[in-house]
Amino acid sequence: MRVVGEVRALNGDEAVAYAVRQCNVDVISAYPITPQTIIVERLSEYVANGEIHTEYVNVESEHSALSTCIGAAAAGARAFTATSSQGLALMWELLYVASGLRLPIVMAVVNRALSAPINIHCDHSDSIGTRDSGWIQFYVENSQEAYDTVIQAFKIAEHPDVQLPVMINLDGFYLSHTLENVRVLPDDVVSGFVGFRKPVKVWVPYLGREVPAVLDGYTPISLGIIALSDYYYEFKMMVIKAMEKAREVIKEVNKEFSELSGRAYGDGFLTHYGVDDAEAVLIVMGSAAGTVRYVARELRRKGLRVGVIRLRTFRPFPYEELTKLLKDVKAVGVMDRATSPGAYGAPLFNEVRTALYDCECRPVIVNYVYGIGGRDLSPHTVKELYSDLLEIAKGKKPSSIVRYVGVRS
Amino acid sequence: MSGSEFIRELPQVPTTVKLSTELKTGSWRSYRPVIDHNRCVKCLICWVYCPELSIRWDGSSVSIDYDFCKGCGICAHECPVKAVTMVPEGGGYEGGR
Ligand code: SF4
Ligand code: SF4
Repeated sequence: MRVVGEVRALNGDEAVAYAVRQCNVDVISAYPITPQTIIVERLSEYVANGEIHTEYVNVESEHSALSTCIGAAAAGARAFTATSSQGLALMWELLYVASGLRLPIVMAVVNRALSAPINIHCDHSDSIGTRDSGWIQFYVENSQEAYDTVIQAFKIAEHPDVQLPVMINLDGFYLSHTLENVRVLPDDVVSGFVGFRKPVKVWVPYLGREVPAVLDGYTPISLGIIALSDYYYEFKMMVIKAMEKAREVIKEVNKEFSELSGRAYGDGFLTHYGVDDAEAVLIVMGSAAGTVRYVARELRRKGLRVGVIRLRTFRPFPYEELTKLLKDVKAVGVMDRATSPGAYGAPLFNEVRTALYDCECRPVIVNYVYGIGGRDLSPHTVKELYSDLLEIAKGKKPSSIVRYVGVRS
Repeated sequence: MSGSEFIRELPQVPTTVKLSTELKTGSWRSYRPVIDHNRCVKCLICWVYCPELSIRWDGSSVSIDYDFCKGCGICAHECPVKAVTMVPEGGGYEGGR
């Protein structure tokens, strides 16, 4: 069944809230923080207007917001929260609790630089910092994708083989506060697509039967009490395995959703343009992909063999897909919107380089750190990066492997 | 949880494998609360405050379930008539009690 849906003018935050409204969410708990604020404003309006029968829990901090969602999800509810930057930092210890308890919470993170100095603008340092916390991570390119990904996220998180929390990252201001045409699906169609949460079952030895793994007040079970050197490792291993299972599920849900809406995001992991015959490829996440693609298109029109890969998932990291795509490429530039002081390059670069280490015709891979604290990325700059890469592709030795683009020297 | 040789034998969600009543936490105790029933006025304040649900009320008097009492001393602190005394476990090194 293909549903066209109507077009609405929504910014990224509103698109997220609109999708959450349609997803039969039982509990929302969030604390407002720029540039995520519009998400919680819209959601609390929906609740206040009686448009959704969702319990909206006001809290005094992000630590409590995620704690509330963890409690709600542990009781069997479908829970949603949203945050940015310092808020995500304050949630830190609960991030690991959510994944360790295998709670399929969905959270929107509107990417913003971390203090100090205080900055409200976009970079990915907030969410990239949480990469090892066991959350599935999407980075969306526009408001339409933010809307679509929220809907997909509940399905992915709650899949019986996955049972992991999902983080949807959207660029602060570039997406959160910019009005776009977003094609939304009818309420009943989304509701039908995501359905209601069905908790997984666990075998409880002292009851001698399988019960839903939820704190329902009737079945005497506890979650996550203690596992020391005897069993902790195994539970961590199950999170790792679930993340691997998520690969298949992300693919499936992307396909199912495209059958419904007509919109697919590549294979679910990445989208690409011009890579097939490219000598030089830029890899990028988030809203900057639009700018990079625009420049790539211009350059290709002039006959230059350039391409762009836009990563949609950072966790799980699509290393196989990347290796396949990049096998004939000579020069790869990895664009990081986060830094890792003291590391040899930024996180995305490290991940890509590791993935391609076993690749037979190993391309030259350089790192372009950009856009930190909302620093603008102009088409002109992207053009420079491509000409740098094209020269490297022709055999020039890169002046440095890690370059910080657009920063005062 | 002992005995599981394979991950697949473990629950997908880290749930308990024993009821908490099987996990006797009384051995953690270094001080034991002792109730002086001559002083106790049966107000049940200790019953309200005990974090381990270790104060029992049988309808006529209070007693302590030493299988689970961790010896935190909250009952002694809260008792309005000082009917609870914290006594060292293991023969007593404080004043030979
Ligand atoms: S010492 Fe603590 S645990 Fe023991 S009965 Fe008193 S309040 Fe309860
Ligand atoms: S608080 Fe003291 S007086 Fe009250 S029931 Fe307990 S021991 Fe007795």
